[in-house]
Amino acid sequence: MLTNIISISLGAILINNFIFSQFLGICPFLGCSSKVDTAAGMGLAVVFVMGLASAICWVIDVYILVPLGLAFLETLAFILVIASLVQFVEMFLKKMVPSLYSALGIYLPLITTNCAVLGVVLLNVQNNYNFIESVVYGITGGLGFMLAIVLFASVRERVDFADYPECFEGFPICLVSAALLALAFMGFSGMKIF
Amino acid sequence: MKTILLSVLVLGVLGGVFGAILAFASKIFHVEVDPKQEAVRACLAGANCGGCGYPGCDGYAAAVAAGEAPTNRCVAGGAECAAAVAEVMGVAAGEAEKMVAFVPCSGTIGHAVPRFNYKGPEDCRAAMLFGGKSNKMCTFACIGLGNCAKACPFGAMHVVDGVAKVDRDKCVGCGACVEACPKSIVKLIPASQRVIVGCASKAKGKEVMQNCDFGCISCTKCARECPEGAITMVDNLPVVDVSKCTKCGHCIETCPRKIIKDFGV
Repeated sequence: MLTNIISISLGAILINNFIFSQFLGICPFLGCSSKVDTAAGMGLAVVFVMGLASAICWVIDVYILVPLGLAFLETLAFILVIASLVQFVEMFLKKMVPSLYSALGIYLPLITTNCAVLGVVLLNVQNNYNFIESVVYGITGGLGFMLAIVLFASVRERVDFADYPECFEGFPICLVSAALLALAFMGFSGMKIF
Repeated sequence: MKTILLSVLVLGVLGGVFGAILAFASKIFHVEVDPKQEAVRACLAGANCGGCGYPGCDGYAAAVAAGEAPTNRCVAGGAECAAAVAEVMGVAAGEAEKMVAFVPCSGTIGHAVPRFNYKGPEDCRAAMLFGGKSNKMCTFACIGLGNCAKACPFGAMHVVDGVAKVDRDKCVGCGACVEACPKSIVKLIPASQRVIVGCASKAKGKEVMQNCDFGCISCTKCARECPEGAITMVDNLPVVDVSKCTKCGHCIETCPRKIIKDFGV
């Protein structure tokens, strides 16, 4: 069990990193990474929502959809869950933990459309994970996202004052550096743990 | 047929349940927002520029609604905005106080001791990456590679002799340079303020003496001799209380280092 969890965690963070090897959640990865602070805020919010969404979607899938033979509705039902979950969490935080709300606040609504969140719950089903494995995969997948976006934001902060050709100004140089960073993560691909 | 009905039923129930939970939650977790705050917020420029000194437009609106902030702080909105906010709050509008940027550093080339001879990208952040967080021995000094000048949308900032200078006629007080300065030394001051100290060094007197010909050595002479008691020492630097200052200019003559700047207004 423990080795299983360790292999899932390392897999989600490094080997099958959601951004660099599964290419999920690229939109916030590029849009929200101009500063390390905002990148870390976005990353935290993603960890939070991915963990929660994995737990709830697993329950709905195993206790409602599969017994009724409606497994083909998974994608639809999960989108419903994620959208309302994000809304709920936003309201909850605003009332109960205003400090966390003001830190995550603007990123939370953005996450509704983050495909990494939908990706993680669908992968949980595909990989036949049990409840604990699903939650672990959700949280570590979020951590992998956070690692990637914070690394990339630090790179972008430095690239800003590098001497690159003028025609690369703005988005092109951003994509080039993202590609180089993804190449670095290619080094992990194909590794097997246990 | 059964599958179709079941799918519709399950998704309908799920949607209904989530909808009910959200509707219920919005009642339980409802946060009272002062209607005045929303009305004030609607009058503001909405740029979240931070020129008012509060965290974003929402922060300023909350402070105004609570009666803690004056109605004329929105720099971006100007006098029009101040009048609208004052109307909401039911008080007389004051003119929005004009703010201008100011770079509190006098360490020009030849007067501030350099840390190293910097040759690289023309960007203050790049110069900070080498040891010491500055290209001058004084770690509080203006690096002088012009990040603020590049950020200024109005062309009001120029680097002269290795220190950024503000053209007060062109400056509108938007605060773009305050954001851009990686040393965080650029600040906004009221345009009506006559005197201000042209140094940002929080270091002790001896260290400042070694590093710069013009730095404030925190001798406290200005604070002691100000007839109105408007100057206090904070972190080894004199701070002028604008509300007490009578613009007599005594501190300008008193300063042994001649770094109290006189704007003559």
